[in-house]
Amino acid sequence: MAAAPFLSGCDMALLDPAGPIGAEEKSIIILATCLMLIVVIPVIAMIFLFAWRYRASNKAATFKPDWDHSSKIELAVWGIPCVIIAVLAYVTWVSSHTLEPSRELVADKKAVEVEVVSMDWKWLFIYPELNIASVNELAFPAGTPVHFKLTSATVMNSFFIPRLGSQIYTMPGMETKLSLLADAAGDFDGLSANYSGGGFSDMHFVAHAMTDDAFAQWVEKARAGEGKLTMAKYRDLAKPSEKDPVSYYAEVEPTLYHDILNKCSDGSTCMDATVSLAMAKEVAGGDLQLCNPAKPRG
Amino acid sequence: MFGKLTLEAIPYHEPIIMGAVAMMVLGGAALFAGITYFRLWGPLWSKWLTSVDHKNIGIMYIILALVMLLRGFADAVMMRTQQAMASTGAAGPLPPEHFDQIFTAHGVIMIFFMAMPFMVGLMNIVVPLQIGARDVAFPYLNNLSFWLTAAGALLINISLAVGEFARTGWLAYPPLSELQYSPGVGVDYYLWALQISGVGTLLAGVNMITTILKMRAPGMTLMRMPIFTWTTLCSNMLIVAAFPILTATLAMLSLDRYLGMHFFTNDGGGNAMMYVNLIWAWGHPEVYILVLPAFGIFSEVISTFSSKKLFGYTSMVYATVCITVLSFIVWLHHFFTMGAGANVNAFFGISTMIISIPTGAKIFNWLFTMYRGRVQFTVPVLWTLGFMVTFVIGGMTGVLMAVPAADFVLHNSLFLIAHFHNVIIGGVLFGYLAGFTYWFPKAFGFKLNETLGKVSFWCWLVGFYLAFMPLYALGLMGMTRRMNHVDNVIWHNYLLVAALGAAVIACGIGAFVLQILVSVLNRKALRDLTGDPWNGRTLEWATSSPPAFYNFAVDPVVTSRDAFWEQKQTTGAGLQPLPAYGKIHMPHNTGTGVILGGFIAVLGFALIWHIWWLAVAAFAAAVAVGIGHTFNENRDYYVPSETVAETEGKYFKQLTSQV
Repeated sequence: MAAAPFLSGCDMALLDPAGPIGAEEKSIIILATCLMLIVVIPVIAMIFLFAWRYRASNKAATFKPDWDHSSKIELAVWGIPCVIIAVLAYVTWVSSHTLEPSRELVADKKAVEVEVVSMDWKWLFIYPELNIASVNELAFPAGTPVHFKLTSATVMNSFFIPRLGSQIYTMPGMETKLSLLADAAGDFDGLSANYSGGGFSDMHFVAHAMTDDAFAQWVEKARAGEGKLTMAKYRDLAKPSEKDPVSYYAEVEPTLYHDILNKCSDGSTCMDATVSLAMAKEVAGGDLQLCNPAKPRG
Repeated sequence: MFGKLTLEAIPYHEPIIMGAVAMMVLGGAALFAGITYFRLWGPLWSKWLTSVDHKNIGIMYIILALVMLLRGFADAVMMRTQQAMASTGAAGPLPPEHFDQIFTAHGVIMIFFMAMPFMVGLMNIVVPLQIGARDVAFPYLNNLSFWLTAAGALLINISLAVGEFARTGWLAYPPLSELQYSPGVGVDYYLWALQISGVGTLLAGVNMITTILKMRAPGMTLMRMPIFTWTTLCSNMLIVAAFPILTATLAMLSLDRYLGMHFFTNDGGGNAMMYVNLIWAWGHPEVYILVLPAFGIFSEVISTFSSKKLFGYTSMVYATVCITVLSFIVWLHHFFTMGAGANVNAFFGISTMIISIPTGAKIFNWLFTMYRGRVQFTVPVLWTLGFMVTFVIGGMTGVLMAVPAADFVLHNSLFLIAHFHNVIIGGVLFGYLAGFTYWFPKAFGFKLNETLGKVSFWCWLVGFYLAFMPLYALGLMGMTRRMNHVDNVIWHNYLLVAALGAAVIACGIGAFVLQILVSVLNRKALRDLTGDPWNGRTLEWATSSPPAFYNFAVDPVVTSRDAFWEQKQTTGAGLQPLPAYGKIHMPHNTGTGVILGGFIAVLGFALIWHIWWLAVAAFAAAVAVGIGHTFNENRDYYVPSETVAETEGKYFKQLTSQV
C-alpha cells in the first residue's frame, strides 16, 4: 500500500499539524490507537491462531465440545477492556476540556478576533477590530491566537482547517466559537467539512498564517479593497454563487455580523430584540410594544 | 389536477438516469411477461403476495433486500467513479445536482431498504422455527409490514424516473432539507418513503417481540433461547423504542414543508439542532438494531461449525442487553463539533467507548467457541472470520472517534466514511450474508454452491479492504465527505485504488448472483433431505427443509439450550415419526396487506406531488380496506390430522430413502 506515489508523511494533514491544537489532537489519536492496539493485535492474532489450530482436519488438537464456560477467561475478557477503557475515559475527560473549541488560547501576543460567516457557497471573514472583511481568504499573524466566532447565513457548514486542528459547525441563528493558532507562517487549506448543497465542493479558502509585517501589509491590501461592505452589498453577496474569487472590503457595516447572527440582515426584527421584548413583556405584564427601532443602526 | 406533477418531471435530458430507468422498465416488463406467459399470476398471488406464512414473507423481504442491494451498489459505483475521475481538477461525469442525489439515495437505500429488509427477512424465516412456533404472533400484520416496506422502496425507485430524490445527505439535516433550500420533491420522496416503511418496521418490531415473548415452545425459558433469538428480541426492542422518534422527527419536518410550520427552519424560532439530536436519537440505536442480529448469526454459525457449545452464553446475553441499553445514551457522538461544551461531549464520548466493552466480550466469546472445537471452513464460517478481523479494526476506529478531541479533526472526513462502512459492511452485511448461506437450505431445501460462495466471500473481503483502507488514509489527509470534485493528485491515486476496490466488490456480488443461479440449476444435487444439513444445534434444524407450512407437527419440548443438539445426543437421531397427529390451527392468507400497501404507496405519491384529491381518495380507500378487513371473520382454519400425517409421512420416507 505504502508505495511512493501514495504516501509521504507531509501529505497526511492530520499527522502533520501546524499548531498546538492540531498537535495535541494528533497525539491523542496516536495514544488512543496504541491503547486499543493492546487488545486489538492479540485478538487478530488469536482469530488466525485458533481458527487454524482448531481446524476440523486437525484431529491432534484437543476437542471439548461441551466446554462452554471459564470464569478466568470471562474475567479477563471483561476486565482487560474495562481497564483500557477506564484509561481512555480519563484521557477523554481531560482532553475534552483542554481542547474544547470555545476555550480561548492564550499567548504572549493579543489574540486576533475573526467573525466567520458561511454562505452559499463561500466564506466571509470579518475582522471587527480592524473593521475589514475578506471573502474566501483568511489571514492572521503566526504565533498569535485567533478567536473565531462563527455563524451561518444559510444552512449548516463546518469550518475546518485540517492542519491547524479542530473543526466547528457554523449554524444559522447560532454562534459557535473556536480558537486556533499557527506556530509559524504558512498557507493552509481550509474548507467546509459539512455538506451544504450544490456548490459545497468549492467552498475552499486558504488560511495564510503570516509574519506580523506581512499581516500588516495584508490588512493594507484589504483596506484598498472593494470599499465598504454595506447591508446592501452584503445582500448582494448573500445570493448563492460558486467559486467566488477572493475579495476584500476596506470597511464593514459594524452591525453586520450581529444582524446575520440574529437573522435581520434583511431588515426584519432581530432575534435578540424579539427575545428581549418577550422577556420585557414577561416583566411588564404583557403590555409592551416594540416602540424603538428593532436594532440600533450603527 | 396533477398537483406539481408535469411531464417536465421526467428527466429526459439525463442519459444516465434514463438508461437506468429503461433497464428498470425492461426488467419489469420481462418479469411481467414471464409471469404471464407461464401463467404464474395465480400462484404468485395465492402462495406469495397474500401469504401470511412467516417463511414466505421472510423470503420476500430478502428478495427486496437483494434487489435494493444492487440499486444501492450501483450508486456506490457511480460515486467511486465520479471521485476517481474528478480528483485532478476535471469535472467528472456527474454534475453536483446528480451526484448529491446519488450519495443521499445510496445511504437511504442501503440502510432502510437493503439492511433492514434483509434483517427482518432473516428474523422472519428463522425466529419462529428457533423457538418452536408455527408462525409469528400476528401473521396478517407481518404481511402488512412487508408491503409497507415494499411501498417505501417503490417510492424511492419511482423518484429515479419521476422527479428527483433528495440532495441532502441520508439524514436530511435541516435547514438544507427545508422548503427554503430544497424546494423540489426530492425531500418529499425521502420523507414519505421513510415514513411508510418506518411504520412497517415498527409493526414488524411489535410482532417479533410478541412472538418471542409469548410463543416459545414449552420449556424454552428466556435463558434457553438461541442467541439469534436473543439478539432479535433486543434489536426489536430497540426498533419499538427508536422508530417512533424517527416518525415524529420526520413528521415535524413534513409539517415544516407542507404546512409552513417552524420546527427546524431558520426563521420563526425554528431550531435545526433539535432535528440533529432527534434524528440521531433514532439513528444511533438503528446501528445496533442492524448489528445485534448479525452478532446473533455469528454466534449460531461459529457454534454449529465448531461442533461445540457457544462459549459464555450467559455473558453473551448480558453483553447484548448492555449494548441495547447503552445504545440510547450515545447519540451525541455524531456531532461533537456542534459545540455542546466539554462536559456534554466527554459524557457522550465515554458512554460510547463503554459500549466497546460488551462488544469486545462478544468477540472473545466467539474466539473461545472456536478454541478446542473442530472448525469447518464453510462459507458462513469464512464470513464470520472475515467479520471478526474486519470488525475489530472498525471498532477500534470507532472508539478513536468517540474521543471528542480526536473527532474534532476526524469528523465528516473520509475516515468517518471508512469507519462506518468498516462496521456496516464488515459487521452487518457479512453477518447477513453468513446467515443467508447458513439458513438458505432451511428456506429452500437445497444448499448453495460452496465454491462460488467462497469466490464471493474473497472478492467482498479483498474488495472491502481495497475500497475503504484508502479512505482512512484520505481522511487523515484532510479529505472530507460528499465532495463532488477535488484537485489533488495524491488523493487521486488513493481514490483510484478505492474505485478498484468497488470493482472487486462488484465481482463478489456477481459471484453471489451466479452462486444462486448455479445452485438453483443444481438443486437436485444440492438437496437437503434431512432438514439438518450442518448438524445443527437449534430447533430450526428439527424440521424438514423447507419446513411444512405449519413448521412443527407437534410442539417441541425444550429441556436445555441447544435443544435440537441435546435431542440428537439423547435419542441418537432427529425427529421420529409418531403414530398419530392432531389437527393444527393455522391462519388464512389474506390480500389485505398487499392491497393496503398499494393504496398507501399511491397516498405517498399523491402527497409528494401535492395531488390532493388522489391523496384523499387513496387514504379513504386504505382506511376502508383496513376497516373492511376487520369484518373478515374467516381468518383461520384447522389443518386436518390426515393432512399432517401425510405431510410428515412424506418427510420420513424421504429421510429413510436417503440412508
